Amino acid sequence: MSNHSSTRGADNIYQPSLARIVRILPQIEDHRLFQLRFEDPETRRSFTYRPGQFVELSIIGTGEAPISISSSPTRPGVIELCVRKIGRMTEALFRLPLNSLVGLRGPYGNGFPVAEMEKNNLLIIAGGLGMAPLRSLLWYALDNRSKFKEIILMFGAKISEEMLFKYELLSLLDRTDMKCLLTVDKDEEGIWPAQVGVVTKLFDVVEVDPEITYATVCGPPIMYKFVLRKLLERNFSKDRILMSLERRMKCGVGKCGHCSIGYKYTCIDGPIFTYWDAINLPEMI
Amino acid sequence: MQIVKLPKENLDEFMGSLSKFGEIHAPIKKDENTYLFSKIEDLSKIELNYNRTILPPKKYFLPPTETMFRFSPEKGYEPPEDNLNKKYVLLGLHSCDIHGLKILDLVFSGTYVDNYYFTRRKNTSIIGVSCIPDDMCFCRSMETDFVEDGFDLFLSDIDDSYLVRIATSLGDDIMRANQSLFKEVDKEDIAEYKRKSNERKNYFKIDLELYNLPEIMDLEYESRIWEEIGEKCLSCGTCSMVCPTCYCYDVFDELNLDGKTGERRRRWDSCLFKDYALVAGGLNFRSERSARVKNRYFHKQRGFVAQYGRPSCVGCGRCIQSCPAKIDIVEVMTKIRSASYE
Repeated sequence: MSNHSSTRGADNIYQPSLARIVRILPQIEDHRLFQLRFEDPETRRSFTYRPGQFVELSIIGTGEAPISISSSPTRPGVIELCVRKIGRMTEALFRLPLNSLVGLRGPYGNGFPVAEMEKNNLLIIAGGLGMAPLRSLLWYALDNRSKFKEIILMFGAKISEEMLFKYELLSLLDRTDMKCLLTVDKDEEGIWPAQVGVVTKLFDVVEVDPEITYATVCGPPIMYKFVLRKLLERNFSKDRILMSLERRMKCGVGKCGHCSIGYKYTCIDGPIFTYWDAINLPEMI
Repeated sequence: MQIVKLPKENLDEFMGSLSKFGEIHAPIKKDENTYLFSKIEDLSKIELNYNRTILPPKKYFLPPTETMFRFSPEKGYEPPEDNLNKKYVLLGLHSCDIHGLKILDLVFSGTYVDNYYFTRRKNTSIIGVSCIPDDMCFCRSMETDFVEDGFDLFLSDIDDSYLVRIATSLGDDIMRANQSLFKEVDKEDIAEYKRKSNERKNYFKIDLELYNLPEIMDLEYESRIWEEIGEKCLSCGTCSMVCPTCYCYDVFDELNLDGKTGERRRRWDSCLFKDYALVAGGLNFRSERSARVKNRYFHKQRGFVAQYGRPSCVGCGRCIQSCPAKIDIVEVMTKIRSASYE
């Protein structure tokens, strides 16, 4: 216990800092990418994070919610949050005009163990909004390209109109220093320029050595089931499969209790867990 | 530790003198066999011989509801200029409740320190008092029937006097401010203290055996007992509210009538409430009552042990006394442990 204690400024772990919405990039239906910039120049400079971490976003007058960071710390200045309009908080966010002020605090959570993942292959597997936290890792790895071996992205959407970050990701098809596999379940008009089929089908065109590869998975619950099966068939160690999980992380700092799973808190012990953790924590996925 | 003696005839004068150190709060009688911690206006209302209060002393440090920030579109979020720094003297805490505060200290400290909690903690002096267990107390099982720190002064009843342990510099100041009321401890006092504490062991009627309980909990994760308790439980959350170690809270924003400014507040929450683990979009990770009951017991007797090295239960008996469905944690744990229960 320190002798000094106050609820002012940096002494208050719950203090949101004001940030301005400087850009709103519409994505697919009901999904937008918000670019935020801290008002305080010092916070703007000092705020850094690891891929896979999240922030607590406050909408003045509505409330606070955890949102994963979609931008990469290699591109400082703005923080990007990809948000689906799904509840009271996000509906309020979607109503805010450009240049509105919001509150931000963080970053929270463990994030991906990027230092440990260096010198390995990266197999990034995402479905739907699962791309939001993994986009941070993807750009982090591409911006530090020499630190990683092969980089493979497997991303699936139901149809082309539902693929998040579609144009950004399609532009990666040209890169020769990574394998970008984008698949849609259905392509009735036959116009999709990449793969067609469920995301697990992409394993047919990928050859990786599980000994020197980290697989990162984020997506809807149903996707985990099939992707995990594929990874285990390919002899991935359960410690080398990393998943980003969603819970109700209200405080973000391990106090309020809402995100507990078994004996872990998603907000401080996660949201990135190994598959081994997942097996050992009840009601994990 | 420095130990002195307070003759009982000096107790009133001693209690009266405490107001120099802060606003006095102590147990008072609400009605037959019901006590509560309350602000003391009249010293004669203080009840130092009580079994347990309805709410534990956590209400002084994590109030049932509190304002965390006032907000406005222009200024953003500002913590209120309130009386976090007001001085209190909490008199008459039992050993289990002091342990309860020590457990809350673990939760609210660490990498992220909650200064709403700790500012109040630092401005409150704690004076403990010994007690005689009733038939719902199982502090002895939880190893909280005695306490070595976490208080400024601790008064142990040795018939015509209290043996007074002084654990902090502030405790010493409190004692020295009324030094003439205290006497030195002699050999007979020590003998009487030992006799009383040995005798106290025999008053316990229930026991929650902690031995390898976390392992047993893992083994019985799929036990039908959770369904059984889920059937009985009303999801009312009373057990969480009266628990000295339950700390979960909910955060919500309240708008003023101008529609722009308002307050961010927090309030006690319970993992037994249906929407506790609900996430945006309607997915609820524990929509079944049995899953919520199981989660509560697991967190206290398994999860907290893994996180902090001890269970988050102090055996105060409040949940047993208050549960409207008569769910008894000692019975549940005894059943779980029993080899004949499948």
